[in-house]
Amino acid sequence: MLYPDRSQYPARKADGSLDIDLTSGKYLKIWQGPNHPGITGNMSVELTVCGDEVVEGKTHVGYLHRGFEKLMERRTFIQCFPIVCRICVPEPDFNEYCYAAAVEELAGIKAPERADWIRALILEMGRINSYMMYLGGQAGALGQGVIGQWTTYVRDLMLDRFEELTGARIYHMFILPGGVRDGLPDGFEGRMEETLREIESTLRDVEKVMFHNAVFKKRTVGLGVIEPDWIDRYGVTGPNARACAVAKDVRKDQPYLVYDQLDFQPVLGRDSDVFTRADVRRRDILLSVDLIRQMLAKMPRSGPLMAEIPNVLHWKIPRGETYVRGECSRGEYGYYLVTDGSGYPRRVNVRGPSYTHAMALLERMIVNLNISDVAALLVSLHTYPPEIER
Amino acid sequence: MSIRDVLSPFVAWRNLFRDPVSIKDPFNRPAAARYRGFHKNDVEKCIGCGTCETICQNAAIDMLPADGVTAKLGDSGLRPRIDYGRCCWCALCVDVCMTGSLTMSNEYKWVDGDGDAFLFMPGVDEKPWDHAELGYCRPDGHRLTEAWRVEMGELPPDQRIGSFAEIVKGYSAEEARKEADRCVSCGLCVATCPTHMAIPEYIAAVRDGDYERGVALLYETNPFSGICGRVCTRRCESSCAARHEGDPIAIRWLKRHIMDQVTPAQIRKVVGVPPGTASGKRVAIVGAGPAGLTAGFDLAKRGHAVRVFEALEEPGGMTRWGIPEYRLPYTVIDQDVDIIRSLGVDIRCNVRIGRDISLEALRDQHDAVLLALGLQLGRSTRIPGSDHADVRKAVDLLRQATDGEDFGTPRTAVVIGGGNVAMDIARTLARLQMQQYGVVRVTVTALEDLDHFLADLDEIKEAGEEGIQILEGRGPREVVRQDGKVAGLRTLKVKAIFDEQGRFAPSYDEADEQFHPCDMVVEAIGQMSDTDLLGEALTEQLVWNRGRLQVDQGGRTSEPWLWAAGDMVRGPDVVSAVADGHRIAASIHGALMSSLEKRS
Repeated sequence: MLYPDRSQYPARKADGSLDIDLTSGKYLKIWQGPNHPGITGNMSVELTVCGDEVVEGKTHVGYLHRGFEKLMERRTFIQCFPIVCRICVPEPDFNEYCYAAAVEELAGIKAPERADWIRALILEMGRINSYMMYLGGQAGALGQGVIGQWTTYVRDLMLDRFEELTGARIYHMFILPGGVRDGLPDGFEGRMEETLREIESTLRDVEKVMFHNAVFKKRTVGLGVIEPDWIDRYGVTGPNARACAVAKDVRKDQPYLVYDQLDFQPVLGRDSDVFTRADVRRRDILLSVDLIRQMLAKMPRSGPLMAEIPNVLHWKIPRGETYVRGECSRGEYGYYLVTDGSGYPRRVNVRGPSYTHAMALLERMIVNLNISDVAALLVSLHTYPPEIER
Repeated sequence: MSIRDVLSPFVAWRNLFRDPVSIKDPFNRPAAARYRGFHKNDVEKCIGCGTCETICQNAAIDMLPADGVTAKLGDSGLRPRIDYGRCCWCALCVDVCMTGSLTMSNEYKWVDGDGDAFLFMPGVDEKPWDHAELGYCRPDGHRLTEAWRVEMGELPPDQRIGSFAEIVKGYSAEEARKEADRCVSCGLCVATCPTHMAIPEYIAAVRDGDYERGVALLYETNPFSGICGRVCTRRCESSCAARHEGDPIAIRWLKRHIMDQVTPAQIRKVVGVPPGTASGKRVAIVGAGPAGLTAGFDLAKRGHAVRVFEALEEPGGMTRWGIPEYRLPYTVIDQDVDIIRSLGVDIRCNVRIGRDISLEALRDQHDAVLLALGLQLGRSTRIPGSDHADVRKAVDLLRQATDGEDFGTPRTAVVIGGGNVAMDIARTLARLQMQQYGVVRVTVTALEDLDHFLADLDEIKEAGEEGIQILEGRGPREVVRQDGKVAGLRTLKVKAIFDEQGRFAPSYDEADEQFHPCDMVVEAIGQMSDTDLLGEALTEQLVWNRGRLQVDQGGRTSEPWLWAAGDMVRGPDVVSAVADGHRIAASIHGALMSSLEKRS
């Protein structure tokens, strides 16, 4: 026999674990990351390969050295506001929203209605940008560089909208406990509509070049299937679950902000493979475009933007705990906040969907994958390592 | 999979015929109007309160002395320096800025080979974006601190005019906490307060509801906190950072709130037990007003035997005999004085030095003598007709009113003067008129126009509400008499109060004369000290400066055994007298201790 019979190894030990003997010469360790372009951010996957097949993959994080949750225990409630956005670089606004909502809930404050509309608008704008980054990454992981250039362009247009609305492009620092900083600038709606049209036009091209593409289909259809019974077991949420026809969407399941006043249905897929997940996300962008149009049509143009809040320099919040969640582009994003009556959070825990998707699910899915498909699988789970490592 | 999936991607080629979408000149791309770019600071508007430094979670801001900026009351003289190695452009510093001086430009490009250049003081170190129009400014209505103070409850005019009941109700615990919450703890007030009370700290105690901590902080610097909580001239509030974009914090009312919440037993616990007279030194203090009693309080705490001699029948000085009860109830004075007594300070009332005991005897029996006589003699306008029995001095009337003496309440009165004493006597007369005649007929004439009135704005407003007529910019010319009685006062329109050299020399418009009929004229134009007790020889011996005793920094006169304090050397309010009392006590203590050391 020219090649060894793969079905014979790695053998399993009596306890069920794999018997991988690196000295046998049959296995090779490869570290994918922490700087691999197939990983958006800083994490690595320790692959054990046999030939070009993965027999074991372990996720490693710890490259970011940040410790936001701990930093927040030494900052006043207002001082946490500028740092939370940095927990997730490509979609920072969910941190601002969840943190603000958690603080408001424990402090017994209700943000004004107009602020809620602007918050929801910002979150949908951020969702589009996050998906745009994903599309570029997904295509790039399979060698299609041009998609990334297109999506970066429309993402940049949306960053312009962010800039004029919030005063910043990446870290907006706009949703703060009590409300938002300001209202829409003059003429914002018109410029947003132009941007939305450009997004729709670009997505039509992306559909033709990426989705109706023999290479992309060959590589992604049937790859990385998430079985329906894994959804609850692994805590899979967001498009990863919706691509499996499981209609999990916090915007619908537990409407927050103004989502109960908007007309929409969660985007679902069926086959749960890399292709379906990409397609669900593409359609989710179109849903966000529709939601932004609905919001701009319905939102009040006058009224307060900030609730009455105590002097932020001495703000103490009574003892309590809460978990606030929202539907970000990767799934359920949540903040667990514990207060003890002092001027500082006692404990903050950030639930980023990337944690479950990249730490637990990935290790299960990566086994038996061809090494060339690892990057595509990783990106298809839409992982942002910064939110794993808070 | 179909042939379409092979051909479809080729549509990408059509982009070859499109114009590029990239920005042609990325180096000159203007940022959005509200972009959070590099910082700007209006150094003239900035007061160096350091709230920006406090809120910055990156510790990117340091408050430092700036070239061309000098410290003054209400301005620390410091300005923010920003470290762009730490700044995250969150603009919380802009949002919290108490004056609105700190803003941001929409400039975002800055290249410099020198790393230290990125540590800079906006507005002081010139930058190209200093005059850029666009950039982030705090949006209208967006505030991280409350601008307006919690309204203080007061007796309505119709209820208060008939009695001497206290007007100001005081804050409830919830109101006080809310008002205390507005404070940003910058501490600019501390420098302005004559006795440098720990204002941000006791306001924090109100926020925390920890009144024992609060009262301990008050007594560190002010044994007259009960009195000051009601009648302090509150210069602190004129330095408050919050006043620039709203109301200053109600510092005085918060002090009062602490004093209202604690029992005398709690205060005594904080002040401590009488320390005894371990030093063996004896100090005599003449005058039981705020200056004398503060000095007595300090000296007793340091182990000296302190005796205070008061000519009138109750201690308190002008706080009791000058300030009407509706502003300062006597029980408040009693409480503050009782605490001072509890430290062993021996207060002897109804003892007039120079009559009952001579100053020489005091000197012989004590190691140091402190004069804290106050300003108990009213000044006269000396206008024609003013030498009449019904032309009275405000201080005398106030003293008689406190004593409950019947001085013959006039049916119509004219008060000359525009300060707080004028308001006090006008409002006292108004109450007495209401009680006796059922109608208020009091007119106040002042040299100043309303914008420059010396009295507190509250006093003017409340006097008006109580039916007192206030005439601004009118100077007294003559008290008109008829049949041996006062018939009224003639006044002239004031052209200017000061001459070209800035000296007090009012000039009048002779054509604009008014006559105000009345049966009593009250002069409230200032007071002076009665120093007869010194005797001729000592008066001759002492060094004087424009009618006031000359003293050194510690209040010591040219006679080594004699000190002077309070309004008679330095004026003119309770809290200044308290500050003076502390300073003089330290000086006396130093002198006594050095004499002890010399002996040993």
